[in-house]
Amino acid sequence: MENANDILEVRNLKINFKTYAGTVKAIRDISFDLRKGETLAIVGESGSGKSVTTRSIMGLNAENAVIDGGTIMYKDQDLLKKTRKQMDQIRGRDIAEIFQDPMTSLDPTMKIGKQIAEPLIIHKGMKREKAYAQALEMMKLVGIDNAKERINDYPHQFSGGMRQRIVIAIALVNYPEILIADEPTTALDVTIQAQILDLMKELQAKTNTSIIFITHDLGVVAGMADRVAVMYAGKIVEYGTVDEIFYNPKHPYTWGLLNSMPTMDTSGTELPSIPGTPPDLLDPPKGDAFAARNQYALEIDTKQQPPFFKVSDTHYAATWLLDPRAPKVTPPDPIIERQKHYAQLTHEAIDKSRGKHIEEQEEQL
Amino acid sequence: MAKYLAKRIFYIILTLFIVTTATFFLMKFMPGTPLTNQAKLTPGQIHQIYKQYGLDKPLWQQYLVYLGGVVHGNFGTSFQFSNQPVSYLIGSRMGPSLTIGGEAMVVGVLAGLVVGAIGAIKANTWVDTTATIISILGVSIPSFVLAVLLQYYLGLKLRWFPIADWGGFMYTVLPTLALAASPLAETARFMRTQMVDVLSSDYIELAKAKGMGKVGIIYHHALRNSLIPVVTIVGPLAVGIMTGSMVVENIFSIPGIGEQFVKSVLTNDYPTIMGLTIVYCAMLCVVLLITDIVYGIIDPRIRINK
Ligand SMILES: Nc1ncnc2c1ncn2[C@@H]1O[C@H](COP(=O)(O)OP(=O)(O)O)[C@@H](O)[C@H]1O
Ligand SMILES: [Mg+2]
Repeated sequence: MENANDILEVRNLKINFKTYAGTVKAIRDISFDLRKGETLAIVGESGSGKSVTTRSIMGLNAENAVIDGGTIMYKDQDLLKKTRKQMDQIRGRDIAEIFQDPMTSLDPTMKIGKQIAEPLIIHKGMKREKAYAQALEMMKLVGIDNAKERINDYPHQFSGGMRQRIVIAIALVNYPEILIADEPTTALDVTIQAQILDLMKELQAKTNTSIIFITHDLGVVAGMADRVAVMYAGKIVEYGTVDEIFYNPKHPYTWGLLNSMPTMDTSGTELPSIPGTPPDLLDPPKGDAFAARNQYALEIDTKQQPPFFKVSDTHYAATWLLDPRAPKVTPPDPIIERQKHYAQLTHEAIDKSRGKHIEEQEEQL
Repeated sequence: MAKYLAKRIFYIILTLFIVTTATFFLMKFMPGTPLTNQAKLTPGQIHQIYKQYGLDKPLWQQYLVYLGGVVHGNFGTSFQFSNQPVSYLIGSRMGPSLTIGGEAMVVGVLAGLVVGAIGAIKANTWVDTTATIISILGVSIPSFVLAVLLQYYLGLKLRWFPIADWGGFMYTVLPTLALAASPLAETARFMRTQMVDVLSSDYIELAKAKGMGKVGIIYHHALRNSLIPVVTIVGPLAVGIMTGSMVVENIFSIPGIGEQFVKSVLTNDYPTIMGLTIVYCAMLCVVLLITDIVYGIIDPRIRINK
């Protein structure tokens, strides 16, 4: 691993799909790290390649997928080089996944206790009895009432929110190091959404699992993630800490996503969505894929893909607007508001750390 | 459960009543008469015969008499078949029909499940293509053509099985095979569709994410979920076997009710036709009831609690 704090390092990943219409270039050279114990959110419109990214990590891509390059390093092993059988050892033990729709993720004809116990039986070779006892503990941990009586119930006897708790129990029963959650709350009611997110945070604190949290909705990211990567048309276009992405965004696509996000004071008013549609991945544009929808596009955007420009040690954005030669542009008003807020935040942070520093000095005296 | 059963049985009785009524009046309005040599008979003789069978009474009276008989399992006396009671005729011929029908159902469905499952597991390979060709042939070759082919090759040429007649297991093999082809094909096609669907479902994806191997996934998750809906096609398959048996029994000279049905139709033996129609209908109702109950038992989602 390049960095001792990383649990997963994705480098220059390229995934294509062979179809009758041609080659779909779904993932076009992405790199990112997942730190131990953190939550990394990957956000982007539908079709930007979030699910393909997670399936590549799990080794569960469709049969027409072609790995066009890159590595996915987990504990000094490249997951892309593993056979199906070797991946079976890792899936459900070291890396687990929660899917989008809890109504369809559970086997309708199998008792939930058995479904939760399965990963233990598969990976730890546990006997039925012991596995069920642990499954029961897990059911309690994810907040299923009367767990003991309900262990022999079938999925249809639970609500959507409860089913997602069961799916989470299945994913966490082996205490995996990495949990991938692919839009885990998209199919749920808003109130249930919040409960599931709280549960995930609570369990993460207990298990120290690293989470890759996939969503198309920036709204759920704020309270959930430590860092955010913004994806567009098979590329990561900006990444940074949550505060950096929310309050100091640099990429016009991130601006668009933030502006179309409902907040307290926009409720009721119509939200501006990003005009236009993502490019055809059968034949992606030569320059910046977002150029066609970008009101701030420069001439170079249509000709050459922007490299990542460093904003801070933790914050990078791939937009030509950050090139020193680029003209200064004024972001949309709401973004300026956010940046003001960010300036405040950073000052507070600096003050706080100074204050702490002084306290420490005083203690030493 | 008891309430559900009572309701279902009530509907079966209602169905049988409607079928009895309908066949009775349809028979009455059919052209032709049961008297083979009518031209040679005097009006007096004809009257005598009609009186013997109760055909001289008004229609509504005939109907009530018939209905009363049916309730007691009495379908009247056959016009042909040496004046035997229809119920006796049917009873004595039930065995062979149930034997080959049952065998065909079991063989067809089991083989169909295997072929369909293999096709789905090996979807879009040559194995799958072969399985599909088997299904298409099974559905499109009529059972009587297959019966004749089997009779010729396995019976006449290779002499592995008796060509026709009845008397022991060996006699059932060829008719069973002829009848099993269509349920085999239907089941295979249905099973393949079900299983391809199941294999691409989210819960199979979750099973993969658990680290379960291919065999485990098929054994623990895919098979049961694909098998359950197959129960729903057993009723229609039974209908296919019943109609198929009418021809196949004739080809193999099997003394069953299918063969009898064809003979009665050819000779305008109304009581026998009506009796057999009601019996076929009752058998179908029972098959449907059993499959519904079985479906309720094996599918946890529709288990009948009340
Ligand atoms: N099996 C496949 N064959 C062809 N194209 C695919 C396949 N799977 C995904 N894609 C394409 O890859 C792109 C990214 O898809 P996905 O990762 O599912 O997007 P999302 O960000 O909504 O999760 C989409 O354009 C999609 O059409
Ligand atoms: Mg997706």
